[in-house]
Amino acid sequence: MKILVCIKQVPGSSNVEVDPVTGVLKRDGISSKLNPYDLYSLELALSLAEKYGGEVETITMGPPQAKSIIDEAVCMGAKGGTVLSDRKFAGADVLATAYTISQGIKKCGEFDLIICGKQTTDGDTAQVGAEVSEFLNIPNVSNVLSVDAIEDKKLFVTASLDEKIVKMSINLPCLISAEGDINTPRLPSYKVKQTLTGDTARFFSFADFDDQNPDNYGLSGSATQVERIFPPEKNSEKAVIDGDAEEQSEALFELIRSKKLI
Amino acid sequence: MYNSLTEKDIQALKNIAGDANVLTGDEINPDFSHDELGGVSKMPDALVSVRTTEEISAIMKLAWERCIPVTVRGSGTGLVGSAVPVCGGILLETTKMNKILELDRDNLTVTVEPGVLLMELAAFAEENDFLYPPDPGEKSATIGGNISTNAGGMRAVKYGVTRDYVRALTVVMPNGEILKLGGKVAKNSSGYSLKDLVIGSEGTLCIITEAVLKLLPLPKVSVSLLVPFPDMKSAIEAVPRIFGSKITPTAIEYMSRDTILFAEDYLGKKFPDTKNDAYILLTFDGNTEYQVEEDMKAVADLCLSIGAIDAYIVDTEERKKSVWSARGAFLEAIKASTTEMDECDVVVPVNRVDEFIKFTHSLAKEMNVRIPSFGHAGDGNLHVYICRDTLSDADWENTLTICFDRMYKKADEFGGLVSGEHGIGFAKKEYLKKQYGDTPIRLMQGIKKVFDEKNILNPGKICF
Repeated sequence: MKILVCIKQVPGSSNVEVDPVTGVLKRDGISSKLNPYDLYSLELALSLAEKYGGEVETITMGPPQAKSIIDEAVCMGAKGGTVLSDRKFAGADVLATAYTISQGIKKCGEFDLIICGKQTTDGDTAQVGAEVSEFLNIPNVSNVLSVDAIEDKKLFVTASLDEKIVKMSINLPCLISAEGDINTPRLPSYKVKQTLTGDTARFFSFADFDDQNPDNYGLSGSATQVERIFPPEKNSEKAVIDGDAEEQSEALFELIRSKKLI
Repeated sequence: MYNSLTEKDIQALKNIAGDANVLTGDEINPDFSHDELGGVSKMPDALVSVRTTEEISAIMKLAWERCIPVTVRGSGTGLVGSAVPVCGGILLETTKMNKILELDRDNLTVTVEPGVLLMELAAFAEENDFLYPPDPGEKSATIGGNISTNAGGMRAVKYGVTRDYVRALTVVMPNGEILKLGGKVAKNSSGYSLKDLVIGSEGTLCIITEAVLKLLPLPKVSVSLLVPFPDMKSAIEAVPRIFGSKITPTAIEYMSRDTILFAEDYLGKKFPDTKNDAYILLTFDGNTEYQVEEDMKAVADLCLSIGAIDAYIVDTEERKKSVWSARGAFLEAIKASTTEMDECDVVVPVNRVDEFIKFTHSLAKEMNVRIPSFGHAGDGNLHVYICRDTLSDADWENTLTICFDRMYKKADEFGGLVSGEHGIGFAKKEYLKKQYGDTPIRLMQGIKKVFDEKNILNPGKICF
């Protein structure tokens, strides 16, 4: 079975500052890491490959240095991967990102199963996976908690639907998005890292894609435009309430009421 | 020799601490009769929740005058019965004294009340870009308790123990007198170090009501390595080799597969790798990624060259959490795996850790009892647990006595000591006496008498 996992490089810390004037994330000096949600989908893919046979590849879209997360996935057990990188892809919203990734996947070959993480920790939209499946015209299940069996070219999954847990089958090839925290991702191997030779990733740019219309990619392919990014207002005011439980709850109630929150 | 609390005494306590903060008889939750391990238990006659140094001083004046025993308790996470009021009397509970009073950025100190929890202090320091290095596994312990046992923890390999980070203490003497010991100073050759006598004295000399603690700038980069070995022998033998490489990791912990599986069960959460029998977990910290990476690589290469199966990189918050949360739960996990247990917290020279662990394995076999262990391979402090499982009362007592006798004897042979960080309290005092002999114990008793002539403060502990 051939499994492809979509991964993304995100800022290494959740405390990335936003330039109050330009609204741009201050990425200088901030380390990056593999999106934590993608670790669960990678682990799911690697354990499925171990159980049912097959191999795991990864794909990402980003600047050339995003290759480091392809390497990291290799250190966890993936075979290799693809970086989709081109200035024409910059400024892509969810729609343009999903379209670019779907074009990239088509160039990578045939896969039985594509797994995405639930969301990224920088974008947090949780929409790319489902949209990629639309562009590839394959079925999709989101919020997958577990893959229970693979039989007769069908995937049997348990998925979370807000207040319900559903079990369903889905025809292969398909795309699933894994929920967060569904497993404990394996750790990258230092031993494998020492053997990396630099040929773990191939690079595809706009020129490699079938669709050569630049209006479908990047900023111009985006249906939405970000007007402004700004940090939420911070309130560092702290109040400590002393007393026993009754006194504390009384004082807290008064405080909330005085602020007209209730 | 002690007086019992009278109605008048209780009214006096209520006048000092407030009616709601003084409980007696059935009003006291039975949890206050024991600590985390529960080997010794005794209910106090009165439980007083204190809030200020002055309150404690007033209570001690009363207790001194009336000759009533007083025991101090923080979160009750101790393991040797130090906070158990074995002679009854008053139990002073300090968890309401939980304010962080001052962060002195010029002198790199933080001033805290004794009831501040270790996890609260650690988080506060980090929020302000500082590190409070002592890192005992029990994060819900109070700082007062940590100072009272001179707790060590995982980062002791590089940064030392609680004692190394206590600059000054405000204490209440058994007669109620308030003293300030030490100061916000980096050096101190001013007579006997009374502050250092108080650290590790388990509440027997005086009551800590405020502490000035030293902070370090927060290292900017920290990476851990989880290194699997085919067996415990090769894992532990790697430790002296790592020290020989002149690289000092922040922490070196060892853990067996069995212990990890207990933690998985207890937490309901899988550990990232359980394929191998033994692991060492190392942490490296520093201010640049390059430096930390170089240290990590050197140690990973060394481990691979001496039999490690791999070296897994633990480099993000999520990965650290998946590994260290299991490490933090080992004690509770082993406790949950058995009906009852008792612990041995010996410390041996680092190059004897392997032999000591092997000894516990052969002892377990010989006595037909489970003796799981984990601990600080990098500083020789081992946490060894004897599990009761299905043993009868008589067999359990007998097994415990034999196992403890033999383990402490073996530690002594290796040049080790009875306790690395949990203290002596009530449970281990016989072993301390056995190891130290008459003169050191007599000196300790003399010190206790000078501080507390009437022996009212935490009586029946350490050397009495």
